[in-house]
Amino acid sequence: MSTATNIPAQFEIVDQPLDTQMTISMGPQHPSTHGVLRLELVLDGEMVVKTTPDIGYLHTGMEKLFEYKKYQQGIVITDRMDYLNPLGNNLAYVMAAEKLLGLEIPERAQTIRVLTCELQRIASHLVWLGTHALDIGAMTVFFYCFREREKIMNLIEAASGGRMTPSYFRIGGLMMDLPSGFERRVQQFLNDFPTSVDEFHKLLTGNRIFQKRTQNIGRISAEDAIDWGLSGPCLRGSGVNLDIRRANPYSSYEAYDFDVPTEADGDVWARYLVRMREMKESHKIVVQALSRLKPGPVKADAPKVVLPDREAMKTHMDALIHHFLIVAEGFDVPAGEVYHPIEASKGELGVYMRSDGGPKPSRVHFRGPSFVNLSALPHMAEGQMVADIVAVIGSLDIVLGEIDR
Amino acid sequence: MESGSENTELSPEQSNTSSEQKQTPSLLVAALQREHAEWINEIVDAYGEVTIIVPRDNIAAVCTFLKTSADTRFDFLADVCGVDRGPEEEPRFEVNYHLFSTTKFHRLRLKVLLSEEDLHVPTVTTVWRTANWHERETYDLFGVVFDGHPDLRRILLPEDWQGHALRKDFPLRGYEPYSLK
Repeated sequence: MSTATNIPAQFEIVDQPLDTQMTISMGPQHPSTHGVLRLELVLDGEMVVKTTPDIGYLHTGMEKLFEYKKYQQGIVITDRMDYLNPLGNNLAYVMAAEKLLGLEIPERAQTIRVLTCELQRIASHLVWLGTHALDIGAMTVFFYCFREREKIMNLIEAASGGRMTPSYFRIGGLMMDLPSGFERRVQQFLNDFPTSVDEFHKLLTGNRIFQKRTQNIGRISAEDAIDWGLSGPCLRGSGVNLDIRRANPYSSYEAYDFDVPTEADGDVWARYLVRMREMKESHKIVVQALSRLKPGPVKADAPKVVLPDREAMKTHMDALIHHFLIVAEGFDVPAGEVYHPIEASKGELGVYMRSDGGPKPSRVHFRGPSFVNLSALPHMAEGQMVADIVAVIGSLDIVLGEIDR
Repeated sequence: MESGSENTELSPEQSNTSSEQKQTPSLLVAALQREHAEWINEIVDAYGEVTIIVPRDNIAAVCTFLKTSADTRFDFLADVCGVDRGPEEEPRFEVNYHLFSTTKFHRLRLKVLLSEEDLHVPTVTTVWRTANWHERETYDLFGVVFDGHPDLRRILLPEDWQGHALRKDFPLRGYEPYSLK
């Protein structure tokens, strides 16, 4: 008794009636927030009353930086936004610049762009699957996913020289053509991959614990999903059949035959199924892209924008001059503004690019799918249990590098 | 509206109508101009994208109309972003709204021009809830105030940050140490 009286009043244990609400801070160092997201949760017992996401911990002013870099220097900044889908970011950025310049991209370059972007989409979905399952408590899946992802990273490294930051696409085409033997290595991956997806299904889809943790959790209706601006698998998980690759085709996607998977339920489980099926669809696209690969140029015929070949640079005076001017001064882009949307692995990735006519953009804005999808979290989390917030965040597949930019 | 089933039916037609889609926004905008001439200051058609410059006070009305009208159905607000044209320009600031239709697949850009002395725009959070974070970001980085916004706080930078980082007169580098007050 005597010890209890010595405790200062603020540390004394008091009985809390059940109807009181408690505010707790989740993150920014919480492992299941996928980076540095902080959530301010208002809880009633174990039920979430209100969620307020707090972002900006990774803000590095990338959009400001674009305005001080030449167009070709901006490509490397885009790698660092959604670092699980860097080729998608590269593509959105270079295609916006190509729209302003009015460049015609050779067929082989377009096919290689589709091929590598779809491989990247599979890699991005594999990280999502591994971490999502890990958050819920299934640890094994993580290792299987990263084993498969490693194969894709090796392919991307073979093509571009970089694993996480490839910067493979250039304004007007590609950095360089694919290395010899690349097709064979992709074919090898394609042969093995369907078996791996079946393995993931065996590990999770029939797993009763996983089903209980995901079904009927974090529901959002189709109307709400559109109103909140959800895109990508999150929107298709609510039954809306919308894919930018179909709606506004780019980079010759209209020539490929693939399905757009949708699920009607709008819960975590539905978003899981959509992404699982999307991996198979991406596999289908890669198979088609591989068969469409025909020899040809991978750079547009625009000597004032595209760097010349090394060989030409050393033998032709005009190529040397162009090389010097592009590297030293950059190239002028006609004044104007464009918004170019692509279907990234997480949803609609739009680049707003504005030029005043000089070698540097006057404004580059990235509409990141993670940013918008996260803004709908308070709506989905309302009335859920606090442990299910983790499942909902995982199903949104956010990358904080893109949210904070 | 049962958007799920509607869209599933529409999807096979996409490839056939793709040539028309490029025409549609400009035709729609022309129809809009005949009906509500006071809503449109200027129409720009460049790079295959249609832009309408909307008087500031009408932005919410225009958005509501475009979202609900059966011809336009711009039910998806893809993006809102601010632009600083430079300190010597007049009007100095722009706010761009990128609209998209999940059923008709066409896109449209609305633009509001703002002078530095009067940086106020009515909010469109009443039309699309997704505008909430986009408008907060524009407020944070440009200082544009969205009147009627339910929760207009900074979003990317700390709450006690001085200035607006994406303005052209805000320096790229600085050596002032940041400290929590």
